Order: sequence, then C-alpha cells, then structure tokens
Amino acid sequence: MQFMLLFSRQGKLRLQKWYVPLSDKEKKKITRELVQTVLARKPKMCSFLEWRDLKIVYKRYASLYFCCAIEDQDNELITLEIIHRYVELLDKYFGSVCELDIIFNFEKAYFILDEFLLGGEVQETSKKNVLKAIEQADLLQEKTENMYHSKSFIGCKKAY
Amino acid sequence: MSDIVEKTLTALPGLFLQNQPGGGPAAAKSSFSSRLGSLVRGITALTSKHEEEKLIQQELSSLKATVSAPTTTLKMMKECMVRLIYCEMLGYDASFGYIHAIKLAQQGNLLEKRVGYLAVSLFLHESHELLLLLVNTVVKDLQSTNLVEVCMALTVVSQIFPREMIPAENSSGYKDLTGSFITILKQVVGGKLPVDFNYHSVPAPWLQIQLLRILRLLGKDDQRTSELMYDVLDESLRRAELNHNVTYAILFECVHTIYSIYPKSELLEKAAKCIGKFVLSPKINLKYLGLKALTYVIQQDPTLALQHQMTIIECLDHPDPIIKRETLELLYRITNAQNITVIVQKMLEYLHQSKEEYVIVNLVGKIADVLVLNTVDTYAPDNAWFIQTMNAVFSVGGDVMHPDIPNNFLRLLAEGFDDETEDQQLRLYAVQSYLTLLDVENVFYPQRFLQVMSWVLGEYSYLLDKETPEEVITKLYKLLMNDSISSETKTWLIAAVTKLTPQARSSNIVERLIQEFTISLDTCMRQHAFELKHLHENVELMKNLLPVDKSCEDIVVDASLSFLDGFVAEGLSQGAAPYKPHHQRQEEKLSQEKVLNFEPYGLSFSSPGFTGRQSPAGISLGSDISGNSAETGLKETNSLKLEGVKKLWGKEGYLPKKESKTGDESETPPIPQESTIMENVDQAITKKDQSQVLTQSKEEKEKQLLASSLFVGLGSDNTISLLGKADTVSHKFRKKSKVKETKSGEMTSIHNITCSSFSSLSNVAYEGDYYLNTLQDRRDKEFKKFSLNSELLDSESLAELHLVEKLSNCSLSTPSLFDDNNMEIFHPPQSTAASVAKEISLASSLLEETTEYIHSNLIEVCNNETVSVSSYKIWKDDCLLMVWSVTNKSGLELKSANLEIFPAENFKVRQGCLDGIHHFFHSDVLALWFRSSCSTLPDYLLYQCQKVMEGS
Repeated sequence: MQFMLLFSRQGKLRLQKWYVPLSDKEKKKITRELVQTVLARKPKMCSFLEWRDLKIVYKRYASLYFCCAIEDQDNELITLEIIHRYVELLDKYFGSVCELDIIFNFEKAYFILDEFLLGGEVQETSKKNVLKAIEQADLLQEKTENMYHSKSFIGCKKAY
Repeated sequence: MSDIVEKTLTALPGLFLQNQPGGGPAAAKSSFSSRLGSLVRGITALTSKHEEEKLIQQELSSLKATVSAPTTTLKMMKECMVRLIYCEMLGYDASFGYIHAIKLAQQGNLLEKRVGYLAVSLFLHESHELLLLLVNTVVKDLQSTNLVEVCMALTVVSQIFPREMIPAENSSGYKDLTGSFITILKQVVGGKLPVDFNYHSVPAPWLQIQLLRILRLLGKDDQRTSELMYDVLDESLRRAELNHNVTYAILFECVHTIYSIYPKSELLEKAAKCIGKFVLSPKINLKYLGLKALTYVIQQDPTLALQHQMTIIECLDHPDPIIKRETLELLYRITNAQNITVIVQKMLEYLHQSKEEYVIVNLVGKIADVLVLNTVDTYAPDNAWFIQTMNAVFSVGGDVMHPDIPNNFLRLLAEGFDDETEDQQLRLYAVQSYLTLLDVENVFYPQRFLQVMSWVLGEYSYLLDKETPEEVITKLYKLLMNDSISSETKTWLIAAVTKLTPQARSSNIVERLIQEFTISLDTCMRQHAFELKHLHENVELMKNLLPVDKSCEDIVVDASLSFLDGFVAEGLSQGAAPYKPHHQRQEEKLSQEKVLNFEPYGLSFSSPGFTGRQSPAGISLGSDISGNSAETGLKETNSLKLEGVKKLWGKEGYLPKKESKTGDESETPPIPQESTIMENVDQAITKKDQSQVLTQSKEEKEKQLLASSLFVGLGSDNTISLLGKADTVSHKFRKKSKVKETKSGEMTSIHNITCSSFSSLSNVAYEGDYYLNTLQDRRDKEFKKFSLNSELLDSESLAELHLVEKLSNCSLSTPSLFDDNNMEIFHPPQSTAASVAKEISLASSLLEETTEYIHSNLIEVCNNETVSVSSYKIWKDDCLLMVWSVTNKSGLELKSANLEIFPAENFKVRQGCLDGIHHFFHSDVLALWFRSSCSTLPDYLLYQCQKVMEGS
C-alpha cells in the first residue's frame, strides 16, 4: 500500500497516511485529484480505480470515504478487507464510530492505524491485539496526565 | 534466545531511568531533559509565525554549534536530536544534523542508538544519499546478538531502505523452504490456527494470501517445486467456498498462482471454473477481478475468453469506465487479424472519452502497438483504415505519446511491406489524407502529428498526380507562418519544403520563405533557410543531394576522406609535414613548455636542420611517435630526458642512429601505462631495462635478442610485431580479451601482398620470381641464429606460392611476395641472387639507422633488368619491420610503380588496423600510403618505403 486517505463526502480530508516519500506539493495534488475522481463515481460502480500506474481501492462508510492506493500486483479484494478491518477497529474502539469521532480524536485514529498497518502492510491481523495495545497506550497516557496534575506541572500544561 | 530477551528487558528500565530526574546530578539532568520542553513552551507562547521563525532559527544555530562541537557527548547529542526532530517537524530545515543522527545510530548505546535510528528514519527517505552511510550500521546491528538492536535495525530497514537495497527478490535461493511454506499453508487452510486469527470465520486470510504469493514465486517455471504444491492449492480452492469477499480474495490469489506455476491440467480446469464464477458474478468488484484474471491467463488459454465472450461484450459497454478499460486490456491481448478493426474501434471510442493523460498515453501506446509495433505482419486490414486510425491516434495522443510511436510509424511507411505497389498506395493515401486534414480550417493538430505529416509530405508528395509540389509547398508554408507551431516542428516543415523544392517548377513561395526565414531570430531556422537558399541556387546539386524516394537508402559517407589521399600523398612526398590532430599538437606544445626541450629537432618536420626531404630515419620514427596518443606525446618528452640525448648531434651534424633509439625508448614507456590490463608488468620492466640497455653498444644486441625471444616465449605479441606499434595499437583498439585472443595464437595475420604489375619505363612486363627455397634456407639460418621460436620456421617453410606466415606470437606477417599469376617466373641461380643481394645491401647499407637492430640479410625478392625488389626484416624491441627496397638498375627514370595489396583478408585480422593501401609515385620516390584506423601506421610505412627508394 502506498497511501491511505480518509475524506468526507464534502471532500474534506480527515486522515492521511503516506507510506512513500512524496513532497507536500505532490501529496496535495494527489489528494485533490483523487478526492475529485472518487466522489464523482456512482454508488453502483466498482470499488477499484486505475489511477496513474496505481490502483485505488475505495469504500464508503456512511459519510466517509476510505481510499487506499495499491500497486499493480496487490490484491484488491484483500485491500477492501483491510479497510473493513480498520473500520471495525475504529468502531470497536469508539463504539459505533462516526465521522465526528475521527475529527475530534484524530490522533487515536492514527494510533489505531499505526498498530494495524506498518509500512503499508498489515502488521497485526488480530483485532484483539490491536485494541489491547491501544488500551495500554491510553492507560499510560492517563497515568502521565495524572502525574502532571498531581505535581506542579499544571502551569506547564497551560502553556501547552 | 529467551534469556537474551529477558536480560534486555530487565536492562531497559535502567536505561530509561537514566533519563529520569534523580538518576544523577539533578541540575545537569533537568537542563537537558527540559530543553525540549522549554523550546516547546517557548514556541507555544509566541503569537506570530514570524516570531516562531526567529526562535527556531536561533535554536537551530545553537544546535548546529553544539552538534559539531567535538566536546559534545553522545548523551547530549541524543538530546539535540530530539530537538532537531521537533524543528524539522515544524517544517524547518535541520539537514546539518542528519549526519550526526547517523553517527548516533552508529556509536551510541542502546537508548542513544534508538534515538539515532528514530531521527534517521524521520530525516531520511529512501532516495537520500546519506542512506548509504547507514548501511554498514544496519548490517552490523542485524547480526547483533541483542534482540533490541536487531529489531531497531529491521524497523529502520522497513521504513527507509529502498526495495533494491534489500536483496530478497530472487526466489531461487529459497527453494528448500517450499516444503515448510506448504505445511504452513496446509495448517492454515485446515483451521489449525487459533480462532483469534480468523477473519469473518476465514482462517488467517492475510497469511494465506502471503503464502500463496510466496508459492507463486517459488513454483514459477519450476516443475519439481510446482508438483509439491498442487495438493495444497487444490485444497485451498476447495475450502474457499464461503460467499464472502475475503474468500474471493484468496481464490483470486490461488487462481493466479495456479496459472503462474508449472501447469497441471486438472488444477487449471478448476481455476478456469473459478474465473468463470468471478466473471459471471453480479457483484461488480468480482466481475472486475474476473476480467483481470482473464487477462492473466488469456495467453495460456485463449478458449477461456471464448467461453465468456458474451460477458466480455457486455462489459465493453459497461457504464463503469474501469470495467470498460479492463475489458479493453483483455481484448488488446487477444488482438488478431480478424478482430483488429473492432477492437481498435472500441479502444478509440474509449480514448475519445477519456481525459486523463495517463490513460491516454497508455491507450495510445496500446493502439499503436497493435497497429505499428507488430509490423512484421501488421493486422491492419487496409490502407485507408490504417492511415485513418493512425490519424485518430496522432490527433488525440500526439503530444503525450511515446516518441517511438511516430518513429515506428514513419519507418513502417518508408520501409514498406513486401508488395511495392501496395506500399506506394499506402504512402499516396497518407499524403492525400494529410493534405485533406491540412485543408480543414481552424483545427489544431498536435506537434508530433504535424511532424509526421511534414515528413510524409516531403518524402512522398511526388506520388500525387493532381496536386503539384507547389501546392504542397504552399500548404507547408502556411503552416510555417502559423504562430502556434513550435520551432521544432518548423524545422521539420522546412526540411519538407527543402525536399520538395527540386521537384517544383516555380519557386515563388520558396523564395518568399527564404526571405522570411533568413532573418528569423531562431538561429536554427535561419540556418535551415540559408541552407535552402544555397541549395536553391544550385539545382543540380540539390537534386543529387535530395533524391526522390531514397529515404531508406543509407548515404555513404567516406568519413576517412580517402578521396584526398592522393592529394595528401603528393603533399607528403613533396616534403610537407604529416597532419597531426589539434589536441596532439596542443599536447606536444604543452609538454614542451613544461620541461626543457630535450627533444631533438630532427623529430619535428619544420626543423631548420632538415631541408628538403624528410626521409631520415628519425623523422619516420618521430612521426611514428606523433601518431600515438596524446599521452605518448607527453611521455615521450619525459622519457627523452633519461639518456642518450647528447649524442644526437655530432660534428657532422645529426646522428640518426641515436635518434632512432630515443625514438624507440619513447615508445616503450607508454606501454606499461596503457596496458595495465596486461599481465606483463614485469615484462614492461624488462622492456624498460632493455631500452636502457639499448643505447649502450652493439654488444647489447644479443641481450636484446634474448629478451625479445623471451617475450616470444612468454606469449606476448608485443615483442615482435610488424605492423608498427603493436602495443599501442592493440591497446587503443582492443580490450583486454582481444589481446588475449591474439596471444592464444588464434590471430594469424596473413599478408597476402601481391605485386601484380610493376611496370618500368620500358613497359616491359615485369618478371619476378620467388625462389622460395633460397629464401627459406636463408631465413632458416637467420631465425636459428636469432633463436626465435620454431613456429616461425614452420610456418614459413611453405612450399606454396602464397607465402602465408602464421606468426601466432607477433601477429605479423611478411609479404607473400609476388603472385605468379601475373608474372613469368624464372629461376636465376642462387649465387646470382646472393650477389645481387649483397650489392643491394651495400648500396642501401641496410638503412643506417636500423643497422644496430637485429636484421635479416637482404633478400632479393624478384628482379629484372631494370628493377629489383628486395626485402629484409628488422627486429626491434617492440616490433618487427618489413622493409622492401626497390632498386632501379637501369639508370632510367622510374615513372610509375604499382603495388597492389589486396586488402580484404590481409588486414582484417589485425582488427582493421589497415584497411587499405594507397601509393603514390613521385620522381624516384615510391610513396606508399596506408590508410588505416591506426594513426601510427601509415606514416611509418610510408617513410620506410621512401627511404628504401632513396637509398636505392
């Protein structure tokens, strides 16, 4: 997988993850182009798209489009399942996830994605393990925050 | 292994603790750990972007000073890295720290290393040049016994190293793992994994797909490995029955693998059925994949497409362009003479609809591929269709298409097919259709298309019967005046006009055009216009230069300018200096400026010491040197300093003997330099020694002889070589392997030099003779004396009339003397010959400058009342010279001499060193002029011959 984009039906980018080095300008151009192309497609159409020398696999969940760019020899169907598994993970974590969850807790969405995919390949197929890792991270974060609160870090925190 | 992990894990908290307050002196710690904090706090407190910039720049400059200071410890460096990462993250350039990040990853302890790797993975990308510096570290860490280090290295490899730097692409080294992979897949498919790995009750689909891919790589073109996996593939196919996306994903992968490995008909059948399921599925995603699978397998199994032809036809008109495109891709692969019209039609339809550049380029390439690139037997049904289709392709994709397409199209048009009349019709049709296209007003064609048009019109307008060339020129002129046309296209257009001009009767437009463009600001156009102008003034020349319909015929250009040989030879024989290339003159001049000029003036032709003829030996050698590469010229002067220089001039003036020696010396030094590839470093040393010895005295001859015979023994072809500077020549023109070849004795150069007619003033037919026996006897003696290797003898003791010498070592040959076809042969008594030889040798005194070399006796090759020709050999330390002397016994003036050397086989063997021999006769000098790719050779032989003539 070369990159993954999440955008809304209005074309607002909600999440982006790049697994290939590209310049910001290039990224913006690709995003704009893809959002346009995908949004223009009708609901009954194929979930796959040939774009430049890449394949785009996209799927719409409610108002959000999940869009992955894969290479020619990659399996389109399993990519769809990757998207689906990610949605499942988000759903499990947030509890019937909606676009707002991702907008307000975008960092969590990134964390989950990073637990699931590494370098564009599936790293952890077990839903349980991914969520366990996220939970642990949350716990750790809570602990540190408590530490900040309990000590005289409050002043510093304000500054953040 | 587990204990290592344990140890590492227990060690880790300690490592982290070091960074915690309380682990050491509190002040120092806090100063480091809080720096990032204070930076972050500082930044968040700012109110404007401008202030942020200022702060960061300040921070960066202090960081720059810290990281480059030698006193900075690795621990401090780690802290600096964190801040650098932060600055970089905010979008500021911290590239000065990259190298330090790499260093930290190299040298730090576990935690520092980790930060170093993190920084590296954030700073660098896969095409960054500094990545190479990291390779060693990563390799070292991958081999580490510490698991954490291995993990860090692996992580960084997966993050930033490009694919080609991870050498795991070739599957051949992993065939032994096939069994294991099959077992794993069997277990997965059999549901032996924990339920945790199930995805919608399908066992570990990701793993299955990976395994199937691995098997595909392993089994490709490998029957034995493939046989192992048939069972498990069959099972995978059977198990994947659930109607769920992920099972289809597995099925698709499975089918792909079955068609990629060594085929088994049973499995193929099942796979084909599976593809059918995909194709016929109402789900559009599956349909798409079915089509994709068909494109994979269609070449192996075209009947599969027939089975699904109705579905394919439906898909052709599918509302989703992606399905359409995949169908076209499928059709493209099954194109043949019958279906090409339809398929191309469909492709063009799609092409007209699509706007995306990538799609256009791709599709145009495919159409052109079908039409043009497979031109051996093009599928195109008729001319009109072909041209029209190409017109459509050019108009749509003209500016984005691959440049090969127009080139191939033009070549196809020019070279044609088997049938000439058919070809002419095709060209005529093209011309007509382009003229029609150009008549349409207000249409803009892509530049490439216009270029194609202008070439075709320029080349083939003569085929038209209605339109005159003038009309075509008018159209081209109109295009030329169009502003929207690029200057590159304009040069094509003007070239077309130039081609048409000789065919046109009136030339008003051409003149107008010339007028217009000779003042053009575009220099290229101006040049073309001037060319046209000058050609236009000389219609005959123009017609010769631009013949009609000759585009396929190569223009023969005599790049060696051989037609000037006569002129050159005349000049040379009248005392002109031979030509030296500019760089060489420059080089010589330079080298002369650099060091004191020890070079004898005799070496230079313009020297005042030599008036008139340039024949003395030194000159020949001098020119010989000058023919060498520029380095030689440089070396020459260097080596000349060494010795023997003083003696060049004596009371009587110039001493040619010595000079020839220095000449020889100068030739030797470049050899080791140029021949580093040769095995003979020691030989080179020997040579040097030898050349030093050379100056000593005649006593040294024996040693020299010994040395040269030693070289022969070594198998070097350098020691004795007639054709001038064999060493330099061979190094210049051949690579090592060829030199070796030569040595291996394969190279038998055959000089079959035949003097076919040799007429004197009296025009008496020349009567020559060989008396080979005599010759052979003499030579036998000589060779024995010189203890040269016996191969020479064997090969020379030929009874045949063609004296063909095979000297494997020196790859040289002596002339085969006179061919008997053209001569009457008489056998003079041996004694006469000997006496004549003696006389001659007295007369010519064997060319003074060569006397100190080992030489054979002068042998008369043939004679009659007026002339006698004799030859002898000189063994120099680096070559073998053949000298032919022609003596005029009659006292009459010799007016012409004909020496014919048949070039074909004679010189080929020496890799084209000589490709022809020219001769020129002037007063009593027989000038021989060898034209060859080896610059040293011709002059050398020429002067030798001149010398001989003068001496006699």
